[in-house]
Amino acid sequence: MGWFFRALNSSIGKKFLMAVTGVCLLLFLIIHLINNLTLYGGPELFDTVVKNLEGIKPLVRVVELVLVIIFILHIFNGVRLWIENKKARPVGYKINGASENSDVFSRTMFVTGSIIFIFLVVHIRTFWVSFNLGHPLADEHQYYQIVAEAFGDPIYSILYVVAVILLGFHLNHGFQSAFQTFGWNNKKYFPIIEKLGLIYTIIMVIGFASIPIYFLFFYGGNL
Amino acid sequence: MSGNMNLTLKIWRQANANAVGGFVTFNVKNISPDSSFLEMLDILNEELEVKGLDPVAFEHDCREGICGACSLVINGRPHGPLDKITTCQLHMRHFKDGDTIWIEPWRAKAFPIIKDLVVDRTSFDKIIQAGGFISVDTGGVPDANAILISKEAIETATDAAACIGCGACVAACKNASAMLFVSAKVSQFAVLPQGQPERYQRVQAMVKKMDELGFGSCTNTYACEAECPKGISVRNIARLNREYFNAKLKSENVEA
Amino acid sequence: MIKLNAKIPKGAIEDKWTNHRFNMKLVNPANKRKYDVIVIGTGLAGASAAASMAELGYNVTVLTYHDSPRRAHSIAAQGGINAAKNYPTDGDSIKRLFYDTLKGGDYRAREGNVYRLAEVSNSIIDQCVAQGVPFAREYGGHLDNRSFGGALVSRTFYSRSITGQQLLLGAYSALSRQVGLGKIKMITRREMLGLVVIDGAARGVVARNLVTGEIENYAAHAVVLATGGYSRVFFLSTNAMNCNTTAIWRAHRKGALFANPCFTQIHPTCIPLHGEQQSKLTLMSESLRNDGRIWVKLKPGDKRKPGEIPESERDYILERKYPTYGNLAPRDISSRAAKEACDAGKGAGETGQAVYLDFADAIKRLGKKVIEERYGNLFEMYELITAENPWEVPMRIYPAPHYTMGGLWVDYNLMSNVPGLYVLGEANFSDHGANRLGASALMQGLADGYFVIPYTIGDYLAGTKFQAVKTDHPEFQKEKVAIDEMTKKLLSIKGKRTTDDIHRQLGRIMWNKVGMARNEKGLKEAIQEISDLREEFWKNVNVPGSAEDLNQALERAGRVADFLELGELMAVDALDRKESCGGHFREEFQYEDGEAKRDDENYTYVAAWEFKSPGEWALHKEQLEFEYLKPTVRSYK
Repeated sequence: MGWFFRALNSSIGKKFLMAVTGVCLLLFLIIHLINNLTLYGGPELFDTVVKNLEGIKPLVRVVELVLVIIFILHIFNGVRLWIENKKARPVGYKINGASENSDVFSRTMFVTGSIIFIFLVVHIRTFWVSFNLGHPLADEHQYYQIVAEAFGDPIYSILYVVAVILLGFHLNHGFQSAFQTFGWNNKKYFPIIEKLGLIYTIIMVIGFASIPIYFLFFYGGNL
Repeated sequence: MSGNMNLTLKIWRQANANAVGGFVTFNVKNISPDSSFLEMLDILNEELEVKGLDPVAFEHDCREGICGACSLVINGRPHGPLDKITTCQLHMRHFKDGDTIWIEPWRAKAFPIIKDLVVDRTSFDKIIQAGGFISVDTGGVPDANAILISKEAIETATDAAACIGCGACVAACKNASAMLFVSAKVSQFAVLPQGQPERYQRVQAMVKKMDELGFGSCTNTYACEAECPKGISVRNIARLNREYFNAKLKSENVEA
Repeated sequence: MIKLNAKIPKGAIEDKWTNHRFNMKLVNPANKRKYDVIVIGTGLAGASAAASMAELGYNVTVLTYHDSPRRAHSIAAQGGINAAKNYPTDGDSIKRLFYDTLKGGDYRAREGNVYRLAEVSNSIIDQCVAQGVPFAREYGGHLDNRSFGGALVSRTFYSRSITGQQLLLGAYSALSRQVGLGKIKMITRREMLGLVVIDGAARGVVARNLVTGEIENYAAHAVVLATGGYSRVFFLSTNAMNCNTTAIWRAHRKGALFANPCFTQIHPTCIPLHGEQQSKLTLMSESLRNDGRIWVKLKPGDKRKPGEIPESERDYILERKYPTYGNLAPRDISSRAAKEACDAGKGAGETGQAVYLDFADAIKRLGKKVIEERYGNLFEMYELITAENPWEVPMRIYPAPHYTMGGLWVDYNLMSNVPGLYVLGEANFSDHGANRLGASALMQGLADGYFVIPYTIGDYLAGTKFQAVKTDHPEFQKEKVAIDEMTKKLLSIKGKRTTDDIHRQLGRIMWNKVGMARNEKGLKEAIQEISDLREEFWKNVNVPGSAEDLNQALERAGRVADFLELGELMAVDALDRKESCGGHFREEFQYEDGEAKRDDENYTYVAAWEFKSPGEWALHKEQLEFEYLKPTVRSYK
């Protein structure tokens, strides 16, 4: 198995790991969004969905564990690449013309990634911990209410929207970047992949960001 | 002559590999817009020489954009503000009278500075020595027309083979990665029938050497392609990745 | 007295090389690693020679002043490489390539050498394809050919307009492979400054480490110089900025004869001068002449723009004067025709120092797409430099110094008169006579390196009893002291002129008096002026910095010091040769229509000059014999 780990530790291997974990997370986000969109169906629908998930808890736990591993690999590998890449250029340029040869999404992956990580921690604290580790409302299966309360806080909602936009930055580059890393770049298909990436990103950003906005402006009054 | 320019230059100067470097300001006068960027530096150096001062060391040779010797990050961009040319092909008509121009060397751990704007790019040679060739001795080869090669394959190979080894890709990459350089050579041989026998061995050996030499990893910003004077495409990097995975999955060599 | 023996094998011309290879002594494979060979230069000739010799098992050390062997100026060749493959079946053969090359060189080259060159040309193409050189292909997958000046067949293999680059990278990859295998020691950023001759034979070199300034010794059983040409003596040329004569000149000073120094080629298709600040001239591939038509204004002093000049008032000079070859007339003839027209005031553009190269007809006939495919990057390059769009306005071109047919004298084995000193490629004089045809330089460089030296060096090594020589031999020390003294001198003059300033002045003398057209008066003046300039250089140059680190000013000064001696020899040689042939045109010797007038009775010889002291040489003559092709008036009409 030496060859396998050597391969994963090579510069291309590390890219590959980033891309594989990234693609898993892209897929996870789709499921996550579908789940979230049930909020628009009202408290009853959402609470039922969450309650049903409670019913298959062991399976959910396994999926969650896999997700955690993927996240950790993605984050750990990203940080490691960032440190190594910094070392590859110990002295930087006085004038940096990067804005003229590359796009902002690709250059800011570490920054957007880091912010998303912080957001992730807060997000887990707000929702996952509340749903799973004891919250008076959760005990009564009033999950919808937890969400509504959280997004009722304008500061939280605004930060959530900002984070989702930054996530969009991350996804926009990550989507096509993964295909490039897998070697699936081809004159014919790659422009389509880039467009798909953009569409995916826009759907994700609008989808996720609409929820706090909905709660803040439209639902907030009814709380 | 009318239309000639006066310019302020901020040039990185460093006495040798171990010395502390810094920017030094120079003024050059009466530069013709038809002069090349390097001719402008020649004029500066002649002025310095006539005063008995050490001229600014910079690398250059063919001055027609093919040898790959010239470098320079000009106002933050490798080979200057224009796309798809080398510094020696950059003409002063693309600057304005009174401009301030910042001139820096390629910066990468794998390209240490030797003096002023001159860096050591031996690492590129080392990567080629590790596998950037087809193992064929002189003589005893088949007739040149014995193996047919499609026009499409030869065009792809030539696109990749046009790399001049200047290092602008490394200089432009925020991670100082050499992936575009390596991928160009790997691609050239991967699409040609002559390159097949060593296909797996080559890509593994070259990537291994590249990693050893302290280049960074590719994060797909594509700055390399944007700054490449020969417009080498990042599709070559995709092909390199593909070749590498293939080699790892299909080759039975567990040592590589 | 030096006796010149070209060592051309006996026998029919077709059999000479084959017989010679059989008659040569062989080195036992197990013993090859006991022989050390130094190669200077990593262009086509140097890289291919080093790789091939290392493959055979010799211990090879390669020095180059570049940071990487891939930078050598062979890389800039655009158009292509000739070979007698006859793939298009248009009547080509080894004999025809031999004939074209010898005739193209105006019968001032050796039959034996030229025939061998044509003979091995096909192997070069095979070798390069096997290395992965991406030559252009037809849709069916076969190799494509184009035609070039001086030939009526399509025999030129090419890779877009980067053929030189692709061939060099092929040789570089072969070299790199041997470096990786440990058979070649590749030493970059070293400039050879002295040849070490022990007991009459070349046994090593002394080189300056261009980074630390240290003078280093390298000992070997044989030394191979593949250091290119000396067109930079003109200051403005198509050569790279670092091209120089130093390696061959220092060998010349150590006894190697310099042959036909005045045979220089002025290339017709270069981008004209823009002004005083210009540092070099840019060549555009001669292949442009396949489809471009060269013309000038019929009326001297016509100020109209090219588009406003009607057909009837244009003079298509080459088509008119040379209807058979037309725009594909050889380089020397085309260059001279351009100069004549410009001198008569018919030149193009503001300076009048240019002729038009017009693609309007070709675009009309073949369509923009075909022209784009063939010459797209040349058009781009032209526009980049001149800021003029060649799709709309005809290109302006003018001749520029490009290639030097002269070089160190070598015998059939490519060995100079100094035993153990081999000279390959442009650095020797051997194959192109008085003029080189397009796409033949790449052919010669690779022929010498891949297919000649690997055989001939073995014969020398196997047949010679060597004394053990190490780098502590007193001759190395002597050479080092001389170099140190010269360096010290250069750095201590502290005069008022820069090296480039003096070099530029030398270039002007050379261009005006030892350039495209020469005469006795001008040559005599040039000899005096160069000698004076040399004196001034050693009194009034200012070389800043120290000898102990990277000092590009010092590098340049050393090279210009050598050019200042070589320039004079070129004029001396041109003065001696009282005839016109190929690139050497003496105004006194021409036919009434202005064509070159050769004097076969008195000048069918190689002029090989022996160095006595700066400004003083002794002439040795190697008579050329033509058994197969009797010299005729070279006509391209």
